[in-house]
Amino acid sequence: MKNLFAAAALALPVLTLSGVVAHADSLLITNATLHTMGSKGVIESADILIDDGKITRIADQITTNNSMTVIDAEGRAVTPALFAGVTVSGISEVEAVSEAVDSRIRDIYTGIMHPEFDVRTAYTPHTSVIPITRVEGFGYTLLGVASGDRSIAGTGGLVRFDGGYDSFEGNAVIFIDIDGHSADYVGGSRAAHWMLLEQAFGEMRADDDDLELINATGQRAMKNTQRNGVFIFNANRASDMMQVVKFAKTHKIRAVILGGREAWMIADTLAAAEIPVIINALDNLPADFDSLGARLDNAALLEDAGVTIMFTSGETHNARKVRQVAGNAVSFGLDHSAALAALTTTPAMIFGGSSRVLDQGAQADLVIWSGDPLEVTSQADAVIIRGKADSMQSRQTLLLDRYLPANPEMPRAYIKP
Amino acid sequence: MHHSIVGAGAAAAILFAGLGSAEPFPSTYEPLPSQPTLITNATILTGDGARLDSADLYFADGKIQWIGSGSTAENAVTIDAQGRWVTPGLIDVHSHLGVYPSPDVSAHSDGNEATAPVTAEVWAEHSIWPQDPGFPRALAGGITSLQILPGSANLFGGRSVTLKNVSSVSYQGMKFPGAPYGMKMACGENPKRVYGNRNKAPSTRMGNVAEYRTAWINAQKYIDDWASYEASDKEDKKAPTRDLELDTLAGVLKGEIIVHMHCYRADEMMTILDIADEFGYRVGTFHHGVEAYKIADQLAERNVCGALWADWWGFKMEAYDGIQENIALVDRPENSCSIVHSDSDEGIQRLNQEAAKAMSRGQRAGLDIPPERAIRWLTENAAKSLGIEDQTGTLTVGKMADVVIWNQNPFSVYAKADQVFIDGATVYDRMDSSKQPKSDFELGQLLEVAQ
Repeated sequence: MKNLFAAAALALPVLTLSGVVAHADSLLITNATLHTMGSKGVIESADILIDDGKITRIADQITTNNSMTVIDAEGRAVTPALFAGVTVSGISEVEAVSEAVDSRIRDIYTGIMHPEFDVRTAYTPHTSVIPITRVEGFGYTLLGVASGDRSIAGTGGLVRFDGGYDSFEGNAVIFIDIDGHSADYVGGSRAAHWMLLEQAFGEMRADDDDLELINATGQRAMKNTQRNGVFIFNANRASDMMQVVKFAKTHKIRAVILGGREAWMIADTLAAAEIPVIINALDNLPADFDSLGARLDNAALLEDAGVTIMFTSGETHNARKVRQVAGNAVSFGLDHSAALAALTTTPAMIFGGSSRVLDQGAQADLVIWSGDPLEVTSQADAVIIRGKADSMQSRQTLLLDRYLPANPEMPRAYIKP
Repeated sequence: MHHSIVGAGAAAAILFAGLGSAEPFPSTYEPLPSQPTLITNATILTGDGARLDSADLYFADGKIQWIGSGSTAENAVTIDAQGRWVTPGLIDVHSHLGVYPSPDVSAHSDGNEATAPVTAEVWAEHSIWPQDPGFPRALAGGITSLQILPGSANLFGGRSVTLKNVSSVSYQGMKFPGAPYGMKMACGENPKRVYGNRNKAPSTRMGNVAEYRTAWINAQKYIDDWASYEASDKEDKKAPTRDLELDTLAGVLKGEIIVHMHCYRADEMMTILDIADEFGYRVGTFHHGVEAYKIADQLAERNVCGALWADWWGFKMEAYDGIQENIALVDRPENSCSIVHSDSDEGIQRLNQEAAKAMSRGQRAGLDIPPERAIRWLTENAAKSLGIEDQTGTLTVGKMADVVIWNQNPFSVYAKADQVFIDGATVYDRMDSSKQPKSDFELGQLLEVAQ
């Protein structure tokens, strides 16, 4: 596979455009190795036509005309734009600058359960991290609530990296921390935490006047999420996840595990209960007493048992690392196509929104890769979000452009790429 | 400024003459039993910039004997490495394994003596828990040597120590024989936050600098006091009081202890280099250096290494300008010393992948960085940073046989270390569980699952 980028270098760090741009709405990608992530599998030498943000046609050969922008993929892999994992992108500009961080609640409430704290209301697309992540081939993330000293931390949901203020997709997702660390804030015992969660969920059936743990607004968020959304339980210890399985069944909620370092130990139970797991496949250390069973083939073992898996890196600014996370899962036994599904369509299936399958009529969020999308030496050559080719610029590419030239005469502040 | 490097060195040489001769906490490391080993048909990256295809490497008695062709002992083991790659053992110059071990419980939190901004008197080795499961995990990633540093809460965090990544019940059993000590220092946000929050100095970057300079002035006086005492007839003079903090600082001024400076911003690194000039010492390596690419030429000119991440940024203000080409740009000037470091119990397990990311970013920016050049970031340059380049870091005849056989090109997410040798001994074999060390802590955990 010819890598055009090696030659193009930085002079034109964008796309390999071969057609004449006349009408920006129509985009044709030719000669792609198309990973549809749907029933059509992988299509070799595919041409993909995109109009008004949607894929309008996929065929062996589509005739070009002057109103199309054409990108020759030259056989390179094309996948849906990837899922960046659970992040706080757009609600945390610099993690250690508190006034630029909106991912956690503190001080104003004394209560420990605030499902009504919906971080999507604080979201801004004008954050450096979104272009920085997008140019690496990422199209969406699950906006999460930072775990802090709260039991029910708040509500998040999927957000698309298309620059919109309201680019949310899918359903509400409520985040609940269930581990040894969070138990410290909740009576000092996991048992106390489950006791309070039982009470809180029981209050969903109570009158507003009888609410103790969650206020009326919070209860509406809980009921809405119980009907349409997902409850994410942050847990790593096998026995804690067994409690989640029981709890989800009792309270008729759709549960997802986040963390899941020991999930492989109860893989059959999770599969039977249809509880998906979001893991960081690099976790292989006994980081605490909840993670004694952490191992590198966790993803492979879960997949083999029929558990639905997704990946997260645990990071926001370096969320792009999740591609490496998935690559390592493959290196330790996970099927490559399963890893790709976990990074593309699975999160959409679990949390709602656009299916991410690259098929006729689908939202055109896709990426042309320089090589294997899971390889650390591969890069996104072109990113298309809602049918528009991204500029492939970010604060970081601009800093590179400023500092790459050797020995400029004037200070680099005059280099404004 | 009245102390040139030479002046300080001469004074300090006298300084410790009367303080007892035995070096405290000496290394008890002994190479493990080994057999002469011939690796054939490998793609060899020598660590100093060369690549040899379908080449042979022979080591015996713990040392590299030859690369290419030569004679072998009768009892030599032959490993056919057809299709596989061979590199020097990897070196991580920035680790907190043992001082911030797994499990990460507060009882194990021994990496920052965050009770005063100047704690040059503490030694990281005294916090190391050799049973940290992170050590064998790093070994599976090809790490054969590593530097354990104190954290960055303090301006002067204390002494670091370089270890061989072998299993031992004591850190002395891991201590790299003859490796110089390092001293951890820190710039910027961490010290001023930790002490500023307690309404103590330093609470600003200018406060940081004032405290560095004050400490160096004290160290100079300490050297002078000892020098004049040693030069006197001693009969009616009292010897100066020995001070552990000033011992370490004097060791730096004397050129015996290497400065490892945690510093993110370009402007702060330039300030630090001026302080080094003022007091006549050398900064060995800037660690983290998220903005090192802005001063790549100055670092190379001054022979200062940059130990850097492939892609970390944004977790704090001073990390805001991180770019993925940092390592490649710092590598670009002549006489540069660019290093991939981890500062992470996860990153240290796959330092080859971190280097692969940095290499491919550099290539994309148009820089010519083949694998034989990029491997230097984990081997030769790292060894220079730690002052152990005469013993390890390259596959050079006579050096320690610290060697990794990779199942493929190591610059890949799919690469794995098949075998790892330290001083010629097989310390890890991916296919042989009897050659995979396990810490005491992990023994007997999750027995129900194992059954």
